[in-house]
Amino acid sequence: MRRNIEKIAALSLLAAVGIAQAASAEGTLDLVKERGKLMCGVTTGVVGFAAPDANGEWRGIDVAICRAVAAAVLNDPQAIEFVPTTPKTRFTALASGEIDLLARNTTWTFSRDVDLKFDFVGVNYYDGQGFMVRKELGVKSATELDGVTICSLAGTTHELNLAEYFRVNDIDFEPVPMDNNAETQQQYLAGACDVYSADVSALVAQRSSFANPKEHMILPEIISKEPLGPLVRHGDSEWADVVRWTLNALVAAEELGVTSENLDTVTASSENPEIKRLLGTDGNLGEQLGLESDWAKRAIAVAGNYGEIFAANIGEDTPIELARGLNDLWTRGGLIYSPPFR
Amino acid sequence: MTTSMSAPQKPFRLSMLIYDTRYRSKTIQIAALIGFFCGLGWLIDNTVTNLSVLGKEPSFRFLTEEAGYKINQKLIEYTAQDTHLRAAFVGLLNTLLVAVLGCFTATVIGVVVGVLRLSKNWLIARLMTIYIEGFRNVPLLLWIVFIMAILVETLPAPSAFRGDSPAASMILGDSVAISNRGIYVPEALFSRSLGDISLFEGTSLQFEVSLDLVAILAVLGLSIWAAKWLGTRADRIQETTGKRPTTWYIQIPLIAAPILSLLFTLGFHLGLPELKGFNFSGGTHIRNSLLALWLALSLYTGAFIAEIVRAGIMAIDHGQTEAAAALGLRPKRIMSLVIMPQALRVIIPPLISNYLNIIKNSSLAIAVGYLDLTGTLIGITLNQTGRELETLLLGMMVYLTISLGISFAMNWYNKHVKLVER
Repeated sequence: MRRNIEKIAALSLLAAVGIAQAASAEGTLDLVKERGKLMCGVTTGVVGFAAPDANGEWRGIDVAICRAVAAAVLNDPQAIEFVPTTPKTRFTALASGEIDLLARNTTWTFSRDVDLKFDFVGVNYYDGQGFMVRKELGVKSATELDGVTICSLAGTTHELNLAEYFRVNDIDFEPVPMDNNAETQQQYLAGACDVYSADVSALVAQRSSFANPKEHMILPEIISKEPLGPLVRHGDSEWADVVRWTLNALVAAEELGVTSENLDTVTASSENPEIKRLLGTDGNLGEQLGLESDWAKRAIAVAGNYGEIFAANIGEDTPIELARGLNDLWTRGGLIYSPPFR
Repeated sequence: MTTSMSAPQKPFRLSMLIYDTRYRSKTIQIAALIGFFCGLGWLIDNTVTNLSVLGKEPSFRFLTEEAGYKINQKLIEYTAQDTHLRAAFVGLLNTLLVAVLGCFTATVIGVVVGVLRLSKNWLIARLMTIYIEGFRNVPLLLWIVFIMAILVETLPAPSAFRGDSPAASMILGDSVAISNRGIYVPEALFSRSLGDISLFEGTSLQFEVSLDLVAILAVLGLSIWAAKWLGTRADRIQETTGKRPTTWYIQIPLIAAPILSLLFTLGFHLGLPELKGFNFSGGTHIRNSLLALWLALSLYTGAFIAEIVRAGIMAIDHGQTEAAAALGLRPKRIMSLVIMPQALRVIIPPLISNYLNIIKNSSLAIAVGYLDLTGTLIGITLNQTGRELETLLLGMMVYLTISLGISFAMNWYNKHVKLVER
């Protein structure tokens, strides 16, 4: 009996050491293929970006990234385990290997990229921090906000931006840090804070759910750049490339006019050399990534190109009603741009 | 002649460590201890190695970097340009503030309710039962959020105080404003202030001590000590002569006169809160987050303490009450002189755990936006720097230190009041 226990203990110790070594030696791409499932970190729920729908299925533009990557790597957009993360747990989950990819409206900042050792692979939504106030307050500009009480989420880039913006403009404010969106909204609507500050997209989305959205306005000042995008662990360039170019493929598809509807006909008949390279009918881009030749085609087939994903989840025809704005293609005056597939 | 034959001394052999019952239990314990330390060492080594593979060697350097975020409730000076260490310190003071307030009110509530639940008055006893069961059986977090919601939803916003015919007005001669952002009360100001002295100057733990406050506390302490001395002197005279000299007409001025003259010398006046721009300014702002957390912690823990008090009282034999009554003591005095002192022996040990619970439960503060240690160090600092291992270790150490400190102090008090057995 004692013998057995010792054996089991020794074996499990060996196994644990073995696993720890395997994780550091093998690349994430191989691990995902081996596992047959992508572990994707998302928010605990921001409608339009990532939230489960009535059937419990995750939807949103962040979710679309996960699905596209799963389709490109595993040829199955459902082979994903979604791991809901909070602002507090998101980075630990990624660093520890609990998730392969974090697609969770997370702002690309210097310290997260450099000090926290992550790689941001691109931007899927260009946002900026703004202020929402009641119209009856009679405020026309953020510079008139001296002495206000501001509700915002604790532990985000927003708090740093607020402190910096008010200091630079030599005015003062009282912060009310809140733990989640629902609490913040309640405080703001009850008048416990004069201003609600968050990413403009979030403010607009929340305002649409108010009883009287017309009583509230977004001030013209956008006080920060909040490029939101997916990120992976630092030091695994092959995996970073897979995620980066899957995102780029969705953007390039919109640029090249490839949609979920015409995907098959374009694949069969297009003479455009870049489309042919993108969809894998020409060249060996997929092979270079360690994937199959039709990886990008599979990614696009899930929910269409970037524009289609935007329109279906947060666009003007959805309850969230976000205009494309900065998130339009570069050819139409926006910032969305993919490096060439060449 | 008989010679006592001592048992032959067997030479010690290594196998005896396992087969000899005299050694076996020790062998097993030592082996287990070594195994435990090996496991612990492997865990730590594994963590450090894995973190350095990620390029994130454990380091506490971030504590000296600029925090960048503001904290609304602060007992010491703090700006967004101060360090993360100072932010953690501000949070720690906020934790201690709500813990001290909570322990105090929870004890008062607990003792009163615990005694009242044993009342012969049917209605009072039942009401106390409802309160106790209500608070004990619903999670604390819900109470905190619920009380916050009541404060925020029912009280008027500062804008309601504005205009010619405002919907809400300040009370107590326009000196106290009750709004859904908190209560604004007058603050003490001194026109001839003695100033402050700073301790730990130049470090990130620097803080100012108001000399006015020190002077007031010193004078108050001295005069109360003098009045007490007068009281004990009166006791002594009463014991020897049977006549108690009247002391109140000396005691009251003895306490009042020095403090009043000190306040006058310092130029004491009240700073009233007034509506300015979007908010009230001036005065002291007691935030709703603090009120909600304090109330919820006190009411919740008070319910537990009430049960402990009830158990303590019920542990005292009824004969004690009867004996005291036979001596002619009135019920109130029976409780305070006979029952309670004995009940304390039973009450204090579980009371210690409830004080520790208040400290630990105060970490739910962020639910209402109160920035305690969990909100600053283990909340925002963790998020801004990404140093989860270091901040959590540090946070755990601090909570451990506070809890052990309270435990130590209370155990000392317990020994003090314990029944001395002869």
